[in-house]
Amino acid sequence: MNSSPQKFEDLSPTGNSGDGESLTVEQAIANLESADLGLRFYAAWWLGRFRICEAAAVTGLIKALEDEADRTPEGGYPLRRNAARALGKLGDRQAVSPLITCLDCSDFYVREAAAQSLEMLGDPICIPALSELLKVGLQGEQLISKQPDLSQPYEAILEALGALMATECIPLVKPFLEHPIELVQYAAARAMYQLTQEPVYGERLVKALAGDKLQLRRAVLADLGAIGYLKAADAITETLAENSLKLISLKGLLEHQVNHTATNTLSAGAIKVINLMDSLL
Amino acid sequence: MNNSDLAQILIRAVEEADSSDRLLDAVQELAAASIEESVPTLIAALGYNNPGAAVAAVDGLIAIGEAAVPSLLELIDDYNYSARAWAIRALAGIGDVRALDTLLEAAKNDFSLSVRRAAARGLGTLRWHQLPAEKVESVQIQVLEALLLICQDPEWVVRYAAVTSLETLAITIATTLPDQALRITNQLQQMLDTDTDLGVRTRVKFAQQKIQQQQHQEVFAPKRKLEDTEVSEIPHRGAGRR
Repeated sequence: MNSSPQKFEDLSPTGNSGDGESLTVEQAIANLESADLGLRFYAAWWLGRFRICEAAAVTGLIKALEDEADRTPEGGYPLRRNAARALGKLGDRQAVSPLITCLDCSDFYVREAAAQSLEMLGDPICIPALSELLKVGLQGEQLISKQPDLSQPYEAILEALGALMATECIPLVKPFLEHPIELVQYAAARAMYQLTQEPVYGERLVKALAGDKLQLRRAVLADLGAIGYLKAADAITETLAENSLKLISLKGLLEHQVNHTATNTLSAGAIKVINLMDSLL
Repeated sequence: MNNSDLAQILIRAVEEADSSDRLLDAVQELAAASIEESVPTLIAALGYNNPGAAVAAVDGLIAIGEAAVPSLLELIDDYNYSARAWAIRALAGIGDVRALDTLLEAAKNDFSLSVRRAAARGLGTLRWHQLPAEKVESVQIQVLEALLLICQDPEWVVRYAAVTSLETLAITIATTLPDQALRITNQLQQMLDTDTDLGVRTRVKFAQQKIQQQQHQEVFAPKRKLEDTEVSEIPHRGAGRR
């Protein structure tokens, strides 16, 4: 999940969360079927935000993936988007198959949310459906000539395939390193690193940290944290971006170190990252 | 050219910068000059929504040191949490005890996690020797109580910052307040056992190592305490720059 800075910052429910209204779990689940479309939309977000993993919540949200009532003037499905996003956070694998169906939805943002949530749910059964969607951007093993192609949520798809370790998709992922949209390139580099562990792809992201646009540097910080690329530690610390984002990125490196060290002692890499993190507090 | 003329030139460069790159360069130059007159301009740079410039301004303010503290306390921005976080970082970096109440309040109650994080960190880097000797221990206990509370913060990064401060505080009070130091080691062990965040637990482990190393040194090098006292009498950064 590249590029959504609001998720990094200050969403903590400290004090009065200022939600406008405070829901109970029962109310939120009931509101998914409220006559008021605004309440349905809010309830779907709320159930995800507070990770209400109850069976009734999951069932209600899965049902909301087929909602026809809430439409934007352009034909989008706001409730479906929120429901798809929430289901990723709830971690219930019952949602996998309905989310795969959402990859065919006419609304781009529903497809994007479904891809992101399928990544979070981590079930490789969705890999063929994701790779079909990726192929929309390809002719054989090259990008389609009509560029820039924004017809599919390539970023989310690429990230999901990387996280799901879909090594069989490497030939489909690789061409997206040349995509004209930088965020898509980074998502491809991130996935290629996860799928191959070749430093060249990590270095491509490190190089992007020196880029001009703050928005892009923020996205790359998230990517490097997600792949835990240790050699990026100094570049992460030094790039021009908010410390909050650098800290999250470095935490990704740190956790990767800990998860990949067999012994109980801290590795030299972990200690290096800790010292950098301390310097950014 | 004297410092004042130089400051005026550098301050104007900041004010007239018309791109984010120029602003960054201008703030870096102003910060590097480390001139007291530049304090209000450096503080203003914390609010420009330019992270590079803010980092440079924080470094500059820390280098100026104590002389920047009153302005920082006075000009701290209540309406821009990003600027406030940078100002708290500067105060934390300076470590002046005049900032104690501001840091305690910010670490416990600010709505912004980046402000709470920076303040929690600052509580561990205070210059205790600035306090009258008879007050040191009571203030250390006050800070300890606050840190134990901050360890319950819902945000991992705030708890992480609190752990760094518990570490330095444990080392500071190991021989003077051994019972309080024990409360810290108990808290750290509890976090290692129960904290939900792997990053925080890893930082706790590192803190435990540092505290153990220091205990080891206490046993084998009892002279260390004496050295600490000597260090504290060297005038700190900032004082010699006027």
